[in-house]
Amino acid sequence: MTSVFEQLEPLLFSVEKPARYVGGELGCQMPTHGEGIVSWLLAYPDTYEIGLPNQGLQILYEIINERSDGAAERTYAPWHDLETLMREHGIPLFSVESHKPAHEFHIIAFNLSAELTYTNVLNMVDLGGIPVRTQERGANDPVIIAGGHCTYNPEPLADYLDAAVLGDGEEVVADITEAVARWLAIDEPERTRAELHRLLSAIEGVYVPSLYRPVFDGAVQVGLERIADWVPEIVEKRSVQDLGEWPYPKQQLVPLMEVVHDRLNVEVFRGCTRGCRFCQAGMITRPVRERPTEQVIDMVQRGIERTGYDEVALTSLSTADFSGIEPLVAAVVDNERNAGRVSVSLPSLRVDAFTVGTAAKIQQVKRTGLTFAPEGGTWRMRRVINKLITDDDLYAAVDAAFSQGWRRVKLYFLIGLPSERDEDVLGIAELGRRCVEIGRRYHSNVTVTASVGGFVPKPQTPFQWHAQDSGEELQRKISMLRSKAHETKGLTIRWHEPKASVAEALMSRGDRRMGAVVEDVWRQGGIFQEWGEFFDLSRFETAMERAGLLIEDVTTRQRSVDEMLPWDHLSAGLHKDFLVGEYQDALGELGVEDCRWTPCYDCGACTTLGLEHHVASAIAPAGGSQGTGQGIDLSVPVSVGLRPTS
Amino acid sequence: MNRVPERVRIRYAKHGRIRYTSQRDMARVIERGLRRSRLPIAHSQGFSPRPLLAFSLALPTGCESLAEYIDLRFADGGGAGFDATADPEAGIEAAQWVAGVLQDTMPEGIEVASAGVLTGAEGSLQEQVTSCDWILEVAGMGAEQLSERIESLLVADQVLVERVRKGRKTADNLRPSIVTLFHRGSGSTPGTQRIEASLSTKPRGVRPVELLEGIDPTLRLVRATRTGQYETVDGERFEPLSLQGLVRAPVNVGVQGR
Repeated sequence: MTSVFEQLEPLLFSVEKPARYVGGELGCQMPTHGEGIVSWLLAYPDTYEIGLPNQGLQILYEIINERSDGAAERTYAPWHDLETLMREHGIPLFSVESHKPAHEFHIIAFNLSAELTYTNVLNMVDLGGIPVRTQERGANDPVIIAGGHCTYNPEPLADYLDAAVLGDGEEVVADITEAVARWLAIDEPERTRAELHRLLSAIEGVYVPSLYRPVFDGAVQVGLERIADWVPEIVEKRSVQDLGEWPYPKQQLVPLMEVVHDRLNVEVFRGCTRGCRFCQAGMITRPVRERPTEQVIDMVQRGIERTGYDEVALTSLSTADFSGIEPLVAAVVDNERNAGRVSVSLPSLRVDAFTVGTAAKIQQVKRTGLTFAPEGGTWRMRRVINKLITDDDLYAAVDAAFSQGWRRVKLYFLIGLPSERDEDVLGIAELGRRCVEIGRRYHSNVTVTASVGGFVPKPQTPFQWHAQDSGEELQRKISMLRSKAHETKGLTIRWHEPKASVAEALMSRGDRRMGAVVEDVWRQGGIFQEWGEFFDLSRFETAMERAGLLIEDVTTRQRSVDEMLPWDHLSAGLHKDFLVGEYQDALGELGVEDCRWTPCYDCGACTTLGLEHHVASAIAPAGGSQGTGQGIDLSVPVSVGLRPTS
Repeated sequence: MNRVPERVRIRYAKHGRIRYTSQRDMARVIERGLRRSRLPIAHSQGFSPRPLLAFSLALPTGCESLAEYIDLRFADGGGAGFDATADPEAGIEAAQWVAGVLQDTMPEGIEVASAGVLTGAEGSLQEQVTSCDWILEVAGMGAEQLSERIESLLVADQVLVERVRKGRKTADNLRPSIVTLFHRGSGSTPGTQRIEASLSTKPRGVRPVELLEGIDPTLRLVRATRTGQYETVDGERFEPLSLQGLVRAPVNVGVQGR
């Protein structure tokens, strides 16, 4: 096995944060490679400090390395400074463990969590000395695959990936390892890419783009031809039913430099049925599958003692909804072995169903800021998106937070939502104003920050047909909101760059023709596009023009529900009539309840996949009004999901 | 749990790939190690209690070291707080036990070398350390030329390097901080020359890359090892903690330099 470390080492004095490139983390593995072992290079297309904490990647790292026929190492996108030196000195992309060149691995598997990283994927494959286009790769080139949330529309990367994997990775990595082993065992003249693709496409949850040919008419995809009858018409996602059988990661990586989410992370459940209509994650990960509370407690306690972290995040899409949340938090906070020095954070994205009291218990020490995510500025808007929090719910939560010592409240909102009117946008300033007013009853100086993002209608959601606001329209709304918010001292508006929302839409909603755009932007030098200082929409505009495509066709064009979508053959289990019904209900301002605690409305996830909700309690959590069948007109001041900021 | 002295000084070496971990990140590694060790480290008061540990002069990222120091403060309870100075032998034994426990939590490349007990009167490492010795391996220049450059640096009154401070360019004179500087032939890494230097921390600390810039901007640092950090009392050099666990141990150093 070769290592590039000797060539790399002399360069490390000249680059920022060299610890990104040397491995050695607690939990780092040095797997054996060789005959009969399929080697995986798990790749995250962003910097080490963004990619290292990724739970999906760490789970697969352990599962593959536990197999006698598998070996997994990791790689991350080298920062500009090192990449320049690597290209200058002819050093290929390498793994951080053994510093083996990327092209010596059998499989390179990318985690796609954000669309703006696509150009980095191409850059990393190229830096590995591997042809970026699938059709140019041969019998001795690695298999390039991807998983993660973005693969529910992988069409923009279709010409570059041998396969895209839908859904949970725990089980499918075994099937892929075995299929690739079979392919590698074939003697060379017969070991073709076509044969690889045939083997991979036989695996449930694995989509092989080269077997499909989309047909276009103007802006619209009008057909999808399969190259043969054996090619599956629909690729369904993979899902594990019982998280309790997969207590991973068991040895969470503890890096030797600071990374994002630098703490112990324990996943408490997967899936969310709150039903927020804008939320792709909530749609594609159904149904809800909870980890047994006892197992979570065990993973937390072992993790704390093994890693030395003093913070644990209980991760999920809405941790406040975990059936065992109270005993779990108590078990961590009250455990004598933690000496009162371990804090718990709940990075969930919901604004409901949790008491401020529990948050107070969690944040005994640093009571600095709390984050709520109402997402919509008015009650009408929140009915449209099915985020059923009344103004009073929010004020009660904010009141409780300020009264218990917090001084900073952060509110998350989306703008550009379907049917949005200016009054909905201005409602954000009004909510903010009232929150500042409430805070002043308790403290002389309080800050309320409203963070505003431009909505991108994502594939596989009820809003997938919806026309996105143009960059200019988003900018107009932001300016309007800012001048209104200016009237309130103590209220700050933060916003995401509207131009980035345009590029994100191109990457997330585009069809296969978008591949040329990804490649063009990359060839223009557009890497690390999710980094504000490197993002440049003009590269995308140039590339779209050169590809003969119109940005408006992808972004601001309203699709009819009858139009074929580029991702229609990829399924998260959801019935199309469910998505259509939800879209219509949204425009009719009708909410839908959470099917964990109310009768099934057959979205399709359970029935299509033969799964069911796996929750410890069939009773809705106390204190949450939204969508729980408890009614939303409770007179008691209820609250409310809390997200401690840290 | 054994008895733990209230104040312990640890000496460790930093070798291999862990040298790419910055000083700030090393502090995090050690804090996590202390929590894993379950040693009864004391914490500061206030809103965000911090573990009470103090480092000596920051080791630049990428450099190795034979002599890094940390001072640890332990809390009462859990066996802490016995009077180690009253019974020096028991104190050293207890400090060594602490060192062993800490070593078990350290990543590869961090080797705890010795431990000693502090009385509290020693002063902080940051204030007390006045000079550091270095072995540098450099590339980009032949032996003869390097010797010449070093000769001319040593006879100069000023060695100016440009620094940006608060957005303004200033010229810093390194010369007063260069105590000794030798060219010692070729380095262990092929194609390099070996330099040994003793650098004072006053009036300002000099990092190896700055020294090279002062010798000649074309020099490239390939390897750097800090071999010692020293206190000075009445013109004599002392180690903050010797390998035998003696606090403020005298060092026999020949007076060198020009």
